Amino acid sequence: MSESTAEHPIGIYLKIWLLLFVLSTFSYLVDWFQLQGYLRWSLILLFMFLKAGYIMAIFMHVQWERLALKWLLFAPPLVILVLVGMMTLEGDYIFWTRQTFFDR
Amino acid sequence: MTTESNSNEAYTEPGVAGMVADWSADKQAFDMPWGKLMMWIFLLSDTFIFSMFLTSYMKVRIAATDPWPNTSEVFAMEVAGVHLPLLLIAIMTFILITSSGTMAMAVNYGYRGDKRKTVLFIALTALFGALFVGLQAFEWTKLIVEEGIRPWGNPLGAAQFGSTFFMITGFHGMHVTAGVIYLLWVARRVHSGYYDDKGFEIVEITGLYWHFVDLVWVFIFAFFYLW
Repeated sequence: MSESTAEHPIGIYLKIWLLLFVLSTFSYLVDWFQLQGYLRWSLILLFMFLKAGYIMAIFMHVQWERLALKWLLFAPPLVILVLVGMMTLEGDYIFWTRQTFFDR
Repeated sequence: MTTESNSNEAYTEPGVAGMVADWSADKQAFDMPWGKLMMWIFLLSDTFIFSMFLTSYMKVRIAATDPWPNTSEVFAMEVAGVHLPLLLIAIMTFILITSSGTMAMAVNYGYRGDKRKTVLFIALTALFGALFVGLQAFEWTKLIVEEGIRPWGNPLGAAQFGSTFFMITGFHGMHVTAGVIYLLWVARRVHSGYYDDKGFEIVEITGLYWHFVDLVWVFIFAFFYLW
């Protein structure tokens, strides 16, 4: 593990750093050009996942870790998607009750 | 233990078969020093904390009947008479990414045994982190004093904006502040030669925490500032 970590040339970190800079600029440009609707959301998510992926894979060395650790890191957070789904329904419902039973 | 597990042939089988072997054989399941594994598990729990915050933000934003304040305009700045939307947040993002880059280099120099450069790059990372917290303090001041945004309401729209904003960015800023202190502490110990015999795994462990803070900001930037 530490042998393989020491073998990486410094250059790879500079390249990823540059790439993250470019991706951040792209996400900023999404706002700059005021893209709206599904195009805006999909682009934001795309750049977000790319940035998160590169930070984890290269900077945090997950790419060079064993599968046991990858599963430890990526499987548990999947249950959060269940919560997100439930809270979307709940949010919509509360919005509907507020609209229906209150003036505002 | 560290050196043993590194030279251990028991962790060479790749893929799913390797994972099964790691879990079922008479050895530790994860091929790493315990400190690193504990950091990963801590970060996993922290992932859940930030996910809870972002999910609750999503829920109150869906349920809000008042219009949500336009973050693009709330965080805009005037530079030399030019109106630039979201400028401060973009600068903060670039600073944090840069600090992540210098941290990755510090870890690399640590494993190469270049102590001087390791200390230098950790200190540089801490400096960028402190700069980030400084800009965040500036941002909060601007929002509280000039825009009149409070946790219980604001003049721009939905009352939930303030509470979620202060909660999420405050908790993240607290992580950055703690990280700066952690970094300076590790830098001092590397400099004093405390890890000369123990090995420089600590730099990687500290780095994991720091990259995680950057990672969380990527999600906050996307969901809170850009959405």
